[in-house]
Amino acid sequence: MTGRVRVDRDRCCGAGNCVLTAPEVFDQGDDGLVLLRFTAPPPQTLEGVRRAADLCPAGAITVD
Amino acid sequence: MIPAALTDLPLWPPTNLGRDPLVPLDPGERDRFDAPVTKVRLPTDATAWLVTRHADVRQLLRHPGFSADLSRPGFPLLRALPPGALSDRRGGFIRMDGMEHSRLRRMLTAEFMLKSIRRIEPLIRQTVDRTLDDLRDAGPPADLVATFALPLPSMVICHLLGVPYADHDFFQLRSRTLLDRDAAPELVREHVAQLRDYLHRLVEAKCAAGDRADDLLSRLARDRVDTGELAVDELVGMAMLLLIAGHETTANMIGLSTLLLLRDVPGRYAALRDDPDQADTLVEELLRYLSIVRTGLPRLALEDVEIGGQLIRAGEGAIAVLSTANRDPVVFDGPDEFDPYRQAHQHVAFGFGVHQCIGQPLARAELRIALVELARRFPDLRLAAPTGQLPTRDNSIVFGLDALPVTW
Repeated sequence: MTGRVRVDRDRCCGAGNCVLTAPEVFDQGDDGLVLLRFTAPPPQTLEGVRRAADLCPAGAITVD
Repeated sequence: MIPAALTDLPLWPPTNLGRDPLVPLDPGERDRFDAPVTKVRLPTDATAWLVTRHADVRQLLRHPGFSADLSRPGFPLLRALPPGALSDRRGGFIRMDGMEHSRLRRMLTAEFMLKSIRRIEPLIRQTVDRTLDDLRDAGPPADLVATFALPLPSMVICHLLGVPYADHDFFQLRSRTLLDRDAAPELVREHVAQLRDYLHRLVEAKCAAGDRADDLLSRLARDRVDTGELAVDELVGMAMLLLIAGHETTANMIGLSTLLLLRDVPGRYAALRDDPDQADTLVEELLRYLSIVRTGLPRLALEDVEIGGQLIRAGEGAIAVLSTANRDPVVFDGPDEFDPYRQAHQHVAFGFGVHQCIGQPLARAELRIALVELARRFPDLRLAAPTGQLPTRDNSIVFGLDALPVTW
């Protein structure tokens, strides 16, 4: 696991669970869809990132 | 006549009047639906696969092989569609798939994102204050549903959309019919038509207004209708969806949550006042435990998909039961215990997949502010009726209490 995070804005449905779960890594743009603040998030945020990926209803977040 | 083979199947949703409003499925009923996937008969005499486990519910609701479009032949309907129901569904994106769905939903994602909801928290707070004043003036005793739980989300969604709250009796009644599984199809058709007419006039007026007001429908009129991206009829359909979804859901959560916090374990309600920082976690557990969409979410298989060890074939219906998924012991330790300190964020009370509730940040904020302020301003609140006799909304798609007598 490298901890590299990817988001697929085409799949995003703007439910906002990621921003609620890991606000230090995820944001929402003016269109309400997911924005990634870091592609390689700090290690201490990884647990939150994994939880956000698990909670994403649209499967738009992947962690390698 | 129901064919004999059908009568052998358990009926879903079960008819279980007189149950405890805090228990989604009575123990006897739970045994009948205990398998991961069970074939059931619906009130329309259609059959469907009932999917009850957390992992399976998530797989079903996220799988592109399942459709939410109830106009497709074979869709597992809980009640018959009213005549003509399929002719004007424009804008109702909750029942659409793929690009058709995401095109409309994406016009709203910015409106309901966390940042936008944080900006309107002062408005929510003011509305909570105002409705709590009404509760104070109405009693003691008073009906918490009529004076607080229902008016609060109703006022907030009206303000957001730009719908005059003065008309709330008109659309609350019609919204209720639309959610009532036992409503006669002709009445549903009539009430849908009246709601559409009402919203059509409102939307037309907003589109015609030179000086656009700062509300969601006016913004969509300016940014999407004027540019030709969105038809007026589609905006009307979206307005109807948001108005209905914004009414009963949060109202029922506030009513049932208050009942839960006042009942059973002493100190739960006081803890809300003494430790409001815990309110976010508490709200997630309330959403999990109460799971108000108890009849589940219906879908139609477009291809053969295996869920929970059962092959669901193209053309068959499946129902994702959110309430049992939220009590799945694999995910939640001691799932039948209400534990305000548990991390319950994996719950599926808002659904899952691309249709997951777009209004969830709003619902969470309303619920949190409503409960904290209620506990702060009414520290001595207690139930004023035996909980076994509370009128419940058993026939509604969204479960809740019709009334909650309280005193202080």
